[in-house]
Amino acid sequence: MSPDTAPILEFRDVWVEYGDKVVLERVNLAIRPGEFVSVVGPSGAGKSTFLRLILGQEGPSRGEVLLDGTPLAPECSPDRGVVFQRYSVFPHLTALGNVLFGLECAHAPLTARLFGTARARARGEAVAMLEAVGLGHSLDVYPAQMSGGMQQRLAVAQALVKHPRVLLLDEPFGALDPGIRLDMHDLVGKLWQEHRLTVVMVTHDINEAFKLGTRVLAFDKRRHDPHAPNRYGATAVYDVTLDRKTRAAGPPAELLAAADAAA
Amino acid sequence: MRLVNIRPSRGPRILIGAVPIAIAIVIYMVFSAARSEANPNDKVLPTFLAMAQAAWRLFTQVDPRTGEITALADTTASLWRLGIGVGIATLSTLIIGIALGVVPLVRAALGPIVTIIAVIPPIAVLPILFIALGLGEASKIALIAIGIAPYMIRDLAGHVAGLPSEQFLKAQTLGASTWQLTLRVALPQALPRLIDSLRLSMGPAWVFLISAEAIASDVGLGYRIFLVRRYLSMDIILPYVAWISLLAILTDWALLTISRKAFPWAHGDAR
Repeated sequence: MSPDTAPILEFRDVWVEYGDKVVLERVNLAIRPGEFVSVVGPSGAGKSTFLRLILGQEGPSRGEVLLDGTPLAPECSPDRGVVFQRYSVFPHLTALGNVLFGLECAHAPLTARLFGTARARARGEAVAMLEAVGLGHSLDVYPAQMSGGMQQRLAVAQALVKHPRVLLLDEPFGALDPGIRLDMHDLVGKLWQEHRLTVVMVTHDINEAFKLGTRVLAFDKRRHDPHAPNRYGATAVYDVTLDRKTRAAGPPAELLAAADAAA
Repeated sequence: MRLVNIRPSRGPRILIGAVPIAIAIVIYMVFSAARSEANPNDKVLPTFLAMAQAAWRLFTQVDPRTGEITALADTTASLWRLGIGVGIATLSTLIIGIALGVVPLVRAALGPIVTIIAVIPPIAVLPILFIALGLGEASKIALIAIGIAPYMIRDLAGHVAGLPSEQFLKAQTLGASTWQLTLRVALPQALPRLIDSLRLSMGPAWVFLISAEAIASDVGLGYRIFLVRRYLSMDIILPYVAWISLLAILTDWALLTISRKAFPWAHGDAR
């Protein structure tokens, strides 16, 4: 990744405030294509707000968030895919229906349904995507019949079939069993390489952040007023790009200590 | 073993369930036999035989005055009113309820007025309907629709608004427009809930139907029982009440079956 590649996502002096409460302050960041950015930090340090800004679920109070150099509208759109911890898939659609939905929306504005050859083509695309995440045998299964891991695989396939510029993962493996979580790490790592994705992942698990990420951001408050805890917002206090050596060394002691204190 | 842990299996459960019903029937038979012994012309507690005869007459014989079989004419008229009224309520619930649930602007605009209409007791509006729409079919249908729609609309709007916001966000990241996410995310998940609230609303719908028929009508199940009340014809009233109950049970069963067949994912049947 050459450092002079144009950033895909850029934060320029971004603040988020809810009334008197400052959540994020002075966030300045650039994320380049192909990066896998892990975001860690204690609860309430604005990790989720940071993700919501990229998603477009909310806009900054001050400053700008740019995608490919254009300021983002405070609205979700198909260039940013997302996988949430829960409720990421539609319970009333089968696995195939869930993945087809994005394709149907693009090609059938009025009915959001495809028929005939258009459907056959979209179906082929959706099936290929489901096979890539290991759900090729579960096309007609409803999410309620699936394990948590399968549901998250489905959520990933559903997002990737739209070929988003950025894939956002909001604690995607937080609700899974440890063994399943390892499988999901392999899957996401593989898809990230194969599809040359740009990923922003929020996680509570620092080891996961270092294992999967090419860059780790830690959010926390630089300043703290004990009499007015909401006076100051959080920002990226730790930002390191990982190479083979730093990854092998694992998370630095200061981050682990902070995580233990938070937990 | 504790009482809370004793669970009857299928056979005994049906048997236990039948006992109270049998007791009620026996008590009725004892009292009606005693009364008819004392007075063969007693009308208050008719025997099952007398009721069967009256029912047979009403369900099979053509009334020379109207040229129709009374019970069938009453049933057709009542079910028609009920069907149209409930249909209008359901359709408006589907449109208004989903719009309220999905679009914050619509919720801001229509939420208050729906809440106000919902607290008006529908029967209190009946005179207004009679004055505005006349004594014909329109006022009866309107009473049913106005009676049940506000509750159903509020229930559905609450359900749709309560769907996880993740679903709406996810749909947008998949490129769905407001219309597309209404059609493919909100509507399918609203339908089983709509059937649920319709099942709960059928009781009130019957109340409004029978009230309206009792006050101004010349045919209908409610009209008939209030008409023969003047002659203390319990032998007609009781079979009619049983018939109405049977219709209500069949409607409920049909709605539940439709919901289970059409939306297996909503009933945990797919598990």
